[in-house]
Amino acid sequence: MPDTPDYSWPAVEKRRVIGKRTSRLDGYAKSSGTAKYSYDIQRPGLLYGAVLTCPHAHARLTSIDAGAAQKSNGVTAVELLAKPGEEIHYAGYEVAAVAATSEDLARDALRKIKVEYEVLPHLVSERDLAKAGSRAKPSGEQVTGDPDQAFKDADAVSEGFYGIPVINHCCLESHGQVIEWKGNQFEYWPSTQNLSGIGGDLAKVLEIPATSVHTHMDVMGGGFGSKFGHDRWGEFGARLSKKSGGRAVKLFLDRSTELQIAGNRPSLFAKIKLGGKKDGTMTVWQSESWATGGVGGGGLPAGQLPYVFRGVPNKRMTHTSVSVNAAEERAWRAPNNPQLSYVTCCAMEDLAAKLNVDPVAFFDKNLDYAGKIPGPEAYRAQLKKAAELAEWARLWHPRGQSGSGSVKRGLGIGFNAWGGLGHPSKCLTTINPDGTVKVELGSQDLGTGTRTVIAMVAAETLGLPVAAVQVRIGDNKYPPSGPSGGSTTVGGVSASTRKSTMNALAKLFEVVAPALGVPADQLEAADSKIQVKGSPSKNLTWKAACRKLGTKSIAEMGENAQRGPGGLIGSGVGGVQIADVSVDTETGIVKMNRVVAVQDCGLVINPKTAESQCFGAVLLSISAALTEERVMDPVTGRILNADMEFYKLTGIGDVGEIIVHLNREPEHDKRGVIGLGEPPVIGGIAAIANAVTNAIGVRPPVVPLTPDKVLAALEGRNA
Amino acid sequence: MEAFEYANPATVQEALGLLGKRWEDANVLAGGTDLLSLMKDYIQTPKRVVSLKGIKELGGIEKTAAGLRIGAMVTLAELLANTEVLAEYPSLAEAARGVSSMQLRNIGTVGGDLCQRPRCWYFRLGYGLLAKGPSGESLVEKGDNRYHAIFDNKGPAYFVSASSFGPALVALGAKVKLVSAAGSRELPVEKFFLAPRDEKGRENALQPGEILTEILAPPGAGVRNATYEVRQKEALDWPLAAASVALKMRGNLVVSARIVLGHVAPTPWRATESEKSLAGKVVNAAVAEAAGKAAVEGATPLGGNAYKVQLARVAVKRALLEAVKARA
Repeated sequence: MPDTPDYSWPAVEKRRVIGKRTSRLDGYAKSSGTAKYSYDIQRPGLLYGAVLTCPHAHARLTSIDAGAAQKSNGVTAVELLAKPGEEIHYAGYEVAAVAATSEDLARDALRKIKVEYEVLPHLVSERDLAKAGSRAKPSGEQVTGDPDQAFKDADAVSEGFYGIPVINHCCLESHGQVIEWKGNQFEYWPSTQNLSGIGGDLAKVLEIPATSVHTHMDVMGGGFGSKFGHDRWGEFGARLSKKSGGRAVKLFLDRSTELQIAGNRPSLFAKIKLGGKKDGTMTVWQSESWATGGVGGGGLPAGQLPYVFRGVPNKRMTHTSVSVNAAEERAWRAPNNPQLSYVTCCAMEDLAAKLNVDPVAFFDKNLDYAGKIPGPEAYRAQLKKAAELAEWARLWHPRGQSGSGSVKRGLGIGFNAWGGLGHPSKCLTTINPDGTVKVELGSQDLGTGTRTVIAMVAAETLGLPVAAVQVRIGDNKYPPSGPSGGSTTVGGVSASTRKSTMNALAKLFEVVAPALGVPADQLEAADSKIQVKGSPSKNLTWKAACRKLGTKSIAEMGENAQRGPGGLIGSGVGGVQIADVSVDTETGIVKMNRVVAVQDCGLVINPKTAESQCFGAVLLSISAALTEERVMDPVTGRILNADMEFYKLTGIGDVGEIIVHLNREPEHDKRGVIGLGEPPVIGGIAAIANAVTNAIGVRPPVVPLTPDKVLAALEGRNA
Repeated sequence: MEAFEYANPATVQEALGLLGKRWEDANVLAGGTDLLSLMKDYIQTPKRVVSLKGIKELGGIEKTAAGLRIGAMVTLAELLANTEVLAEYPSLAEAARGVSSMQLRNIGTVGGDLCQRPRCWYFRLGYGLLAKGPSGESLVEKGDNRYHAIFDNKGPAYFVSASSFGPALVALGAKVKLVSAAGSRELPVEKFFLAPRDEKGRENALQPGEILTEILAPPGAGVRNATYEVRQKEALDWPLAAASVALKMRGNLVVSARIVLGHVAPTPWRATESEKSLAGKVVNAAVAEAAGKAAVEGATPLGGNAYKVQLARVAVKRALLEAVKARA
């Protein structure tokens, strides 16, 4: 059913703002330091919170005494967060928190809290499944077709082990908030992906009405899926403020605690056996996989393999979830997808090598196994484009044939797939008699350009320049908008903004129509004017039109109520990435030459920020492929690199060239807006690992591909 | 961090009067890039911090007949801006470039680099310099030792010296001047670094009442020197292994060589067998390769750091080839 009125996007040739490269509206504020993150909030009499965490991976707390901390210099409140007798399942678990007049005094006070533990045995590594014992929970075997027969019939069989460890979210702005009570209500400045919802959620646990919380956040410094909830620190932060007579308490996790408990992505390890035919057809998939997402186990249902190529006719799969003594996983940008893509694309390139088939031809051949959306043909077109941009024909050599020098060059491929759609979102557009326009949504800009996209949609609809639209987001007094997860934000806010601004414009047309002597439905907005369709010379300037409102402003809502496609938004995207690396075979150091990212995301509102999303995603892939991992100490059970020194993220000198190609052909455009947060972060790790393997001729099975692992592979010492 | 008294003396003499007999009494602040993080993590909790930032006599780089005097408070950026250093001491310049953070180069000092504490992750988590568990066992041996020592690692110390300049200065045969209220002493940099043998030991010879005031490098002219660091990232990252070499040459022939490995032992590690192997030779690819191999003879890697043997070998080879490369 088409919407009434017709909210659909203007035809490509009529767009004046949408599709134009537009810089972030908050770019200057962010780069100059004037943007205020919640971390930057200062309040009169501000107090600082600090958290004491358990240093043991598994322990029973036997006693806790905060008497001395209570009396410590500058301390205004203490919260005990664990009770004697309580079993603690990971290092970093919060046991107490204090508020004090300075951050240093708060941290000094923590050291005066006496906590005793009975240390219990721990398991912190899942890599060796045999050592997991009862901590491993296998799921049933899933069989499709006749895998045994298919292996017998195969021209080649490839067997391998593949692993991708737990990594953290590592948000540059750590988790936390500022909370200040005023009577029975409080002001709340969190760092969140869920601006409209988080205050009510926190109110619920504090047993106060949702209306008692005023949530604000202008900008935020990274969430990646880890910042939907108020978390324990929201709750005890609020209590510390209340106990301190309502004085504002700033409580953000320190870097070490952030890396220990504020989010991680599950691992995935798999033994994979594949069979195929000489012509490059993969005929059978067999995998035994296991993973951990922390103390609750984790990972994925086995049926999600193989990634993208799910239609392979013969499959046998098992999956085992392993519980380890580490904090719980959180959604990490495209939950489970990078891991699935990694083991799938690596195992498939290994089969291609065994079959002596060029990987481009091999993946192309097997794309009939891909699902309907975006579909085999869309992927084939992307694969072709990526190969062209990566100069595959010129640069690719069969595995191990990368020349005689000590530095070897290689190329590899990875695939992306994601959904999209749009979260529920409401938008209120106000047009004032003086011509000013404001657009209000209880949404959040994670740094991705949401604010800019909203302004662009409003400007397009109202025929105004982007600068003429005031976007107000980041406050729960605005109409509610959904959490930013699952790549649903741009769909949600662009649809609600489109509808709201069109509804408001329709009201303006009604007011203006008599003056222009035509019915309201004969009017259009363009070039800062309201004009008669087909007779643009019959017009009123925007300002003159708005003056006709007299003293009454227009305020109209628009809503994206459904997650389902409704014309404005779509779902189901794919992407192909090709990495080009050079490996120093004497040191095992991998240098990125180039990553090509070909990506579909439907109608592109702002090509500049869309490409930025892909750039950022590629950076994360480079880190995960080459340097990044959570190092768990087998002896102490603690994270050894809960810092920014040995938790190694890629730096600007390590990136190489990134080429982003967005599919903007008409068949993609007509599908409507589709989010781009997740898709481009999926296939890069596989592409880089495959490129390294292509360069050196052997597979280092477990990322990150640090020198030790690359050298071990070269020396045939793979575990 | 715990509250402390901050002192900002104008002279070395004044600074010495502010130091104590024990490490807990007072710590010296140079650039502060290490000390502040140690204090924030309560690894060090001095009652007083004595800043050297206001002491002019600790700055400056001067060429003398005896060689090059580098004030302890010279920043890495200043070192890299010095034409004498760039021309005659490329091994020092390269070590400074290896600290690939402009902020650290601008604030970090040469003296501070020599005195910084090890980066061993157990030490930084509060398990002590010798990284011992509750019953006195080494955490490093059974734990994750990927970044730990491959030489001189029979315990109790397993950490690696974190100094960027240590290997180059040992290779050059440089000295440091240490000043205390009782007077001053000069020590070869090689003797400055120590592997602690017990709980009381430290990673260098500096005493609580002493200040490292200057570095004295012998004349660089005619000494071919180079540093090669194996770092995974171009962005700020610790070397996994490094080598500095200093070659006294007669024409193309090596008269004598000093080869020092970095980040492989609790101290900068001299590869004496490798040094001997070079005497009287022309350094070419094969000779450098052999010297690299000789340099890692006798390495005793732990469970997780055998790869560093290979990296150290390559670092020596590449440093040698860099040292003899024709200069532009």
